[in-house]
Amino acid sequence: MAMLEVNNLKTHFKTQDGVVKSVDGVSFSLEAGETLGIVGESGSGKSVTALSIMQLNSKPPVEYPEGEILFEGQNLLETSEKRMQEIRGNDVAMIFQDPMTSLNPVFTVGNQISEAIRIHQKVSKHEAKEKTVQVLRDVGIANPEQRAREYPHQFSGGMRQRAMIAMGLSCNPKVLIADEPTTALDVTIQAQILELMIDLQEKYGTAIVMITHDLGVVAQLADKVMVMYAGRAVEQGPTDPVFYDPLMPYSWSLLRSLPRLDTAGEVRLLPIKGSPPSLIFLPDGCNFSPRCPFVKDECKNIDPSLEEKRPGHAAACILSADELEESKQRVDAELGVVEG
Amino acid sequence: MTEAGAATNGSPNGNLLEAKNLKMHFPIKAGILKRTVGHVKAVDGVDLSVRKGETLGLVGESGCGKSTLARMILRLLEPTDGEVNFEGRDVLKLDRKDMLKVRRDMQIVFQDPYASLNPRMTVGNIIAEPLKTHRIEGDKKKRVQELLEIVGLSPEHYNRYPHEFSGGQRQRIGVARAVALNPKLIICDEPVSALDVSIQAQVVNLLQDLQKEFDLTYVFIAHDLSVVKHISDRVAVMYLGKIVEVADRKTLYAEPRHPYTASLLSAIPIPDPEKERARQRVVLAGDVPSPSNPPSGCSFHTRCPRAREYCKENTPPLEKHEIKSGGPDTGEHRVSCFFPVMEGERIEKSASSSPYHAGG
Repeated sequence: MAMLEVNNLKTHFKTQDGVVKSVDGVSFSLEAGETLGIVGESGSGKSVTALSIMQLNSKPPVEYPEGEILFEGQNLLETSEKRMQEIRGNDVAMIFQDPMTSLNPVFTVGNQISEAIRIHQKVSKHEAKEKTVQVLRDVGIANPEQRAREYPHQFSGGMRQRAMIAMGLSCNPKVLIADEPTTALDVTIQAQILELMIDLQEKYGTAIVMITHDLGVVAQLADKVMVMYAGRAVEQGPTDPVFYDPLMPYSWSLLRSLPRLDTAGEVRLLPIKGSPPSLIFLPDGCNFSPRCPFVKDECKNIDPSLEEKRPGHAAACILSADELEESKQRVDAELGVVEG
Repeated sequence: MTEAGAATNGSPNGNLLEAKNLKMHFPIKAGILKRTVGHVKAVDGVDLSVRKGETLGLVGESGCGKSTLARMILRLLEPTDGEVNFEGRDVLKLDRKDMLKVRRDMQIVFQDPYASLNPRMTVGNIIAEPLKTHRIEGDKKKRVQELLEIVGLSPEHYNRYPHEFSGGQRQRIGVARAVALNPKLIICDEPVSALDVSIQAQVVNLLQDLQKEFDLTYVFIAHDLSVVKHISDRVAVMYLGKIVEVADRKTLYAEPRHPYTASLLSAIPIPDPEKERARQRVVLAGDVPSPSNPPSGCSFHTRCPRAREYCKENTPPLEKHEIKSGGPDTGEHRVSCFFPVMEGERIEKSASSSPYHAGG
């Protein structure tokens, strides 16, 4: 049994303008010690997926018309809030993007971490304090006894994110959901945090869901990847095939639109035209069709579902793998790109 | 500099812009008397030259002084010390009237397209504003519509408001406003950082096209080294208010000499799983020190994996680095380091190897 299994998850929000289908039929599973990278643009449903797993979307307006989220076989969509509070932070923990807004400015960092420990474990105040210092040391904060007594504003950005990770890991969770944990940080600090997460995963065998828009971070960390677009998973598979042989035009375009450190400056970027669709007024047919470089007439009528095109590698596109390959070469030839 | 000198195209050495020993020290005030108790040395002695027609990339982590430097060049901030020569004349000595004239030639594109466009003005008015300020004759509406077309928007967007546009489109409006006066220099202060990945490429390509079409010179500020590599001819790396390395793009990325540049480059993830697995990262310990109390000697010595006792006491100058024989001299390569990384050398992993690494 997988540690975490999400089946056909639908997270909809009822608004005055209509139903916003933020997540519309997403499935994945995650084993212990594995890392899943979820990539996509803002508004593609990455964070809502994370918040759905944690059951942190405010209800109403949120609705889960279909789907299940199985954590160790238990459907989180049907568990009581009381039981959820036992799971949240203890078995499934989350690291948020912006450490400044997710830490409470009026309590010391140590106070906030030991609060999490005291809620989930039967320990004395003193033991919780010791554990707090221990986790702060684990995440590489120098002088943890002193630092535990300080307030968030006395920490630098990178240290705050470390403190967030320490809090997330304080109860040794089985699943850690990291929602853009390094987006607000500088690259040298990002490298520190990512290395830390890899080390901790090796040490504790945590399953990680890594949400990011940085394909480089995914390439570095993830075992498998899910690409999201307009609330749906449009491509899913092990990291290598998704990067080297993307089967969905969106993933391919995304990779081609990025300036890369290893090739930047030699080739002209291939931008994706237009911008992501509104989730209330989705285009007819395939959601990506208005922006797709390989679009055909049928694409405006057929809404492709996620299908396995190669073993373990699924994509939502009506083009077969061979047709796609042809189209890629055609677009490259038009641009005068020489394969290097 | 005389008025006559200013009329010619640039200074004799082909540099459109030269900054000399530029400093910006912001006072820290404390107490009820608001006494100055110290200074934040945001920019601390920067020498920089930008050649006509080139793109100079300026990279560094947050707080290193990139944006402050940009604002001083445009004189949006009055520097504490130093000189900014634009086309051979010192901008900082100009009076209001002459400054206004020079501003026609120097424009800026800001980072946040949501904050840099007035939400109560129509797009037409936003783009026409520089034309009004500088009393440009002619049909403004026609010119604005022309500009909208140049940046890839539709002329019918003239009467719309900024909130009706997406982030990428807003940034296009910002670009249209910057090119409205046919400037010679545009400073792009993190123009794509706030945009989604699929939109970034649109704006980067637009900037490149405009440069070709209008013969523009760019100073391109970003923290994303991949974008900078893509767009720049030369790149300058800043750390704690100083330039630590400057070279042409190829040299800087292929053979970084300063340990900071080398570790910065190794920290960036590449969207290629195999290359990622094969990579050896130099993970720097600690954070950037506070610019109000910079370390003694070389300001990077607290995080540098190669730091020695000597670096603690002496400040390395930004000196020309010898180009190895064989390779073509593709321009100046300046480094401020006593013990630069040499060809083929690997800098060791930080943490334990550095005796000075700051905790945290």
